[in-house]
Amino acid sequence: MKKSLAKLFLAFAAVLLLAVPQVSQAKELSGNLEIFSWWAGDEGPALQALIKKYKEQNPNVNVIDATVTGGSGVNAKAVLKTRMLGNEPPDSFQVHSGQELIGTWVKADRMEDLTFLFKEEGWMDAFPKGLIKLIGTDKGIWSVPVTIHRSNVLWYVPANLKKWGVTAPKTWAEFLTIAPKLEKEGVVPLALAENWTVNHLWESVALASLGADKWDALWAGKLRFDSPDVVKAWELFGKILKYTNADASSLSWQQATDMVITGRAAFNIMGDWAAGYMSTTKKMVPGKDFGWAASPDTSGEFMFLSDSFGLPKGAPDRDNAIAWLKIIGSKEGSDAFNTLKGSISPRMDSDLSKYNAYLQSAAADFKKDVVVGSLAHGVAANETFMGGFSRIMEMFLKTHNAQAVSKACQQLADKAKIGK
Amino acid sequence: MREASRDRLKAFLTLLPSIILIGIFVYGFIGNTIWISMTDWGGDGALALKPEMNFIGLDNYRDLFTGFLSSGFRQDLVNAVYYSVMLLAGAIGIGMFIAILLDQKPKGEDVLRTIFLYPMALSFIVSGTIWRWLLAPQGGVNVLPTYLGLPPLNFEWTSSTKAVLEFNWQNLLQIFLYIVAFVLILIGLWALKKRPCRAIKFWLGPGVVIGAFAWLGGSMLPEALFMEENHGFNLATLGIIIATIWQYSGYTMALYLAGFHGISQDLRDAAMLDGASSTSYYRHVAIPMLKPITISAVIILSHISLKMFDIIFAMTGPDNAQTGHPALTMYMTTFRANDFAKGAAIAIVLFMVAAMFIVPYVVSQYRQRTRG
Repeated sequence: MKKSLAKLFLAFAAVLLLAVPQVSQAKELSGNLEIFSWWAGDEGPALQALIKKYKEQNPNVNVIDATVTGGSGVNAKAVLKTRMLGNEPPDSFQVHSGQELIGTWVKADRMEDLTFLFKEEGWMDAFPKGLIKLIGTDKGIWSVPVTIHRSNVLWYVPANLKKWGVTAPKTWAEFLTIAPKLEKEGVVPLALAENWTVNHLWESVALASLGADKWDALWAGKLRFDSPDVVKAWELFGKILKYTNADASSLSWQQATDMVITGRAAFNIMGDWAAGYMSTTKKMVPGKDFGWAASPDTSGEFMFLSDSFGLPKGAPDRDNAIAWLKIIGSKEGSDAFNTLKGSISPRMDSDLSKYNAYLQSAAADFKKDVVVGSLAHGVAANETFMGGFSRIMEMFLKTHNAQAVSKACQQLADKAKIGK
Repeated sequence: MREASRDRLKAFLTLLPSIILIGIFVYGFIGNTIWISMTDWGGDGALALKPEMNFIGLDNYRDLFTGFLSSGFRQDLVNAVYYSVMLLAGAIGIGMFIAILLDQKPKGEDVLRTIFLYPMALSFIVSGTIWRWLLAPQGGVNVLPTYLGLPPLNFEWTSSTKAVLEFNWQNLLQIFLYIVAFVLILIGLWALKKRPCRAIKFWLGPGVVIGAFAWLGGSMLPEALFMEENHGFNLATLGIIIATIWQYSGYTMALYLAGFHGISQDLRDAAMLDGASSTSYYRHVAIPMLKPITISAVIILSHISLKMFDIIFAMTGPDNAQTGHPALTMYMTTFRANDFAKGAAIAIVLFMVAAMFIVPYVVSQYRQRTRG
């Protein structure tokens, strides 16, 4: 009797063991999934590819694609904040990895720790250690990275450069000597767009002027913003600005890239989403129709930024959101997305044969270069600094006073508690 | 008597719900914003469910007007003044001009009126997008002369970095005294006719003294900043001002046209019989009669000029020192830099400026009513 009972238990346990994984696998997700991002326009197709993958696996989930347009997320972030303050978080939202996420949402205790997901899915080994450190704090890991972008890239059209008899400059000194020549030809030496692209240019110039070590020291609070090194960077930046288009503030980054494509401008410094724009939207062949180089004086340095998705506390459809995070962290999802978006996968095992020539070269650089964080895209500093920095940049564009802006930056850094 | 008090009670009960709602949702929130503007809510962890807030008094305001990092805000404030003045002058001037033309009853008056009023129907964000395209440096207005075989214009309507009428913010106190003197003298001149003695004693006299002091002794006053900071009328705002005038002159036209139609034909005929020309009829009869309309147009337009957020956002984007506006700065400070306290302080400053337009109007209305 006892034996048979034991047998029964054993059989029952066996059935349970067999059934449980099946149940959890077959558990059909349903309801809604609201994904909040700023990927519209040229970045839209990449997001759609991810959503398609998600729908294949979870056909019953109604995906709500809540995009708010605007370069580098200016508008989306504001909308997100009003929603979060009103206690109405989306299921998952896009965020720049690094201080922008940590300084805003993690410090406010609004994010769920995703360490469990990283362990479950084997992502601890799939993503580079350095990256995991940047998206986490001592209390947990806060987001799933989807992309790695490089911000310090100089873009040009080889055929045009040949026509004008110049080569892509390796240093800013070289740029400053060829720029007058280009201006004489009626060409804008460096195409520039609205204000955030100016911040973007600044970080490349500052990295060139300071070097990777001092750049890192700056954000660790070990190098002051009003030190002569930084003033020098601002001065160089002022010299370079003289060779940009005067109508910059009324252009979008795509329009600045268009200036290079159509031959109105010689160069443009933009992140590698410009490669996605040129190859996906404009159907140009990388390496042939457009060329690239590390922005002057920064070869061997990879200034990175990363888009990622997090899980806000109190997400209305938590299970659906976790399934979404699993897709974007997976190899297939990552490769499907990044090939279209024009970025490289943060995963170390990604299938490079799917990527175009530019991205393959970027992936190779990412593995060997010194990796530093971007300011304009949220890795280096929190939002208090970033918001204030945009205002300081306006001040500089108006006054061109390197001393004053350096001083202002230091005040801002104190206020934003940089390196503390 | 009992009937009357019952009526009063009824009136009070009818009004009670709106009194409560307005009390909470208007004045309660204004009070809350004032409170927030005196705290240090911002920075890391500002978006927590229960963020840390400490009372710091008027520090945020002091920082806005004299702090090193807030020079952008000060430029925006100066811009806002120019936006207001230009929009008022432009929209009222052009609107009145069109109204006078239409008052002559030309053929197809109705159609013309609809055409002129139509821009009002567009939202700011739509007209902003249209005008952004029209005023693009390489397109729109600038290429118009090429159709006549002339070289294209190269004016940077929305991205020019030039400024005119610059002044130094360091002399904040002096400027403030000038404004006080100006206002006092203005009130004095206005009151001079009715009670000359009082006017000179309370308004004109002090006004002149303060003005003279600011003029002669200005250099002795303490300076607000430790370095020179110039602000002026940015030429890049011209594009936005043109777009706003385009949108709102139809509205003032409609107001004036309704007013002109309301003036009885007899009055006009009488003026004409007395030998008034068309010009002097408008100058001496019609326009003075429409003073209430002018006043309400001024108040509404100045409020619109303080809310010029979307059109600037659509035409030149959020970060643009040349065309900045305090409303935009408030938004960016609050929702991008997470500096909620500073954002609230900017909101209160804007609120005060708005009150400067509306309070004198309400007071004068109230006085007229009690007198009449």
